[in-house]
Amino acid sequence: MTLNPKATLMDAQDLTRALTRIAHEIIERNKGTDGLALVGIHTRGVPIAERLAELIERFEGTRPLTGKLDITLYRDDLTEIALQPIVRKTEVPFDVSGMRIVLCDDVLYTGRTARAALDALVDMGRPGVIQYAVLVDRGHRELPIRADYVGKNVPTSRSEVIKVRLEETDGADGVELLELVDA
Amino acid sequence: MGAATPAAGSPPTKHPRHLLDLAGWTAEQVHALFDTSDVMAQVMTRTIKKVPALQGFTVGTLFFEDSTRTRLSFERAARAQSADVISFAAGGSSVSKGESLKDTLKTIDAMKSDLYVVRHPAAGAPLQLTRWTDAAIVNAGDGRRAHPTQALLDAYTFRTSFPGYAGFEGVELAIVGDVAHSRVARSNVELWTKLGARVRLCGPRTLLPDELGERPGVTLTHRVEEAVEGAHAVMALRLQTERMAGGLLPSLAEVRERYQVNRARMRLAHPDALVMHPGPMNRDVEIEGVLADDPRSVVERQVANGVPVRMAVLYTLLVGSR
Repeated sequence: MTLNPKATLMDAQDLTRALTRIAHEIIERNKGTDGLALVGIHTRGVPIAERLAELIERFEGTRPLTGKLDITLYRDDLTEIALQPIVRKTEVPFDVSGMRIVLCDDVLYTGRTARAALDALVDMGRPGVIQYAVLVDRGHRELPIRADYVGKNVPTSRSEVIKVRLEETDGADGVELLELVDA
Repeated sequence: MGAATPAAGSPPTKHPRHLLDLAGWTAEQVHALFDTSDVMAQVMTRTIKKVPALQGFTVGTLFFEDSTRTRLSFERAARAQSADVISFAAGGSSVSKGESLKDTLKTIDAMKSDLYVVRHPAAGAPLQLTRWTDAAIVNAGDGRRAHPTQALLDAYTFRTSFPGYAGFEGVELAIVGDVAHSRVARSNVELWTKLGARVRLCGPRTLLPDELGERPGVTLTHRVEEAVEGAHAVMALRLQTERMAGGLLPSLAEVRERYQVNRARMRLAHPDALVMHPGPMNRDVEIEGVLADDPRSVVERQVANGVPVRMAVLYTLLVGSR
């Protein structure tokens, strides 16, 4: 099995525009930044949450709180882990109770990551509202979950793979569509 | 910033399926286990001290030798990850023969566990059990041979309590007392030398086996002062008073006089040195009572760390096997 590049879905500029729009939408929907916190899901949700917080600060003058969530201990799809499983730290340095939490991730696919993230989050307290922001929604949901903020909707087939690259984790920004083919 | 913490890189090889001792584990795998322990420790600070990570798994604890704290610590570690626990405890005498060990295991194994935590007075018993079940085996102490989770929680306590030495390079550990009968000492020697530390073993001639000194990174001495000088951690071993009858030790007075870890001797150690003890302590025998309550003492932290470290062990072995 190999991955063949198929198309560039978003370049660096598209990605920035999408995040800028989402930042505006978050402010609008929550009527400002009061009690607002952005929580990124490891790995790429973390820089996305940070960037959204930065943009919101630029527009509103106040930076929302940010946190990092690792959902490994909450997953239901640990089917095949080749090596020692890696669990990363969850860093949510504030009480989530009553907060307006926006969960951030790069790709929404089956919805299982979001489900696990919701479980992980409610184990920390009782947030007032939980919303969900993703850079790409590629469809194929297996659970009744939807995103409140979407950078780009991309209809895909299951044999395709969405690769999100971010400056912070991958050295450059961009979203690519790849296809899984039998070599 | 990058999401990956420095230690979060995946280890290049698969960890062993069982934890019988630390021989088959690489330093990298141990550090990855400690990183997981950090996360588990964080879970234990939350209001809801429970995650669903091991939901649907069953952990059996088989104790053929008395133990309260180790068994409780493992059971807590299993339940905090939503695993089910079945417990079997037997007095040492009734089930010490090989054949009945097999029968006992077969009976319990019929109730389907995914992992057994085993303590047995006979060295090698946990290894023997791996041949009779498909479940993973964690050794919770076999004779004088090994007690790997105790060593892991000791080293983890050091890693989290001694800033600047988390990588263990240049670390000097002193282990003082009845080394000969101590599985804790053997497992700690194995682990700390693997991690890059040097270990000094100290005890009376009768309780300090020469062969341990042949390992690279290990030195033997009969003088406590020599063992403690400049050490970053000093571990006192429990004096097993039942051994006194065998004539291996002259008297309690001599132990106190020559081998007790106390404040005066700790002055020779590194200024920030930690005082450790695997418990249960004989206060004012192998360790000065006042020193056990001193800020340098991490004895309570060792007990507390037992839970997250064992959580990481159970998680790694069970989830890694799925």
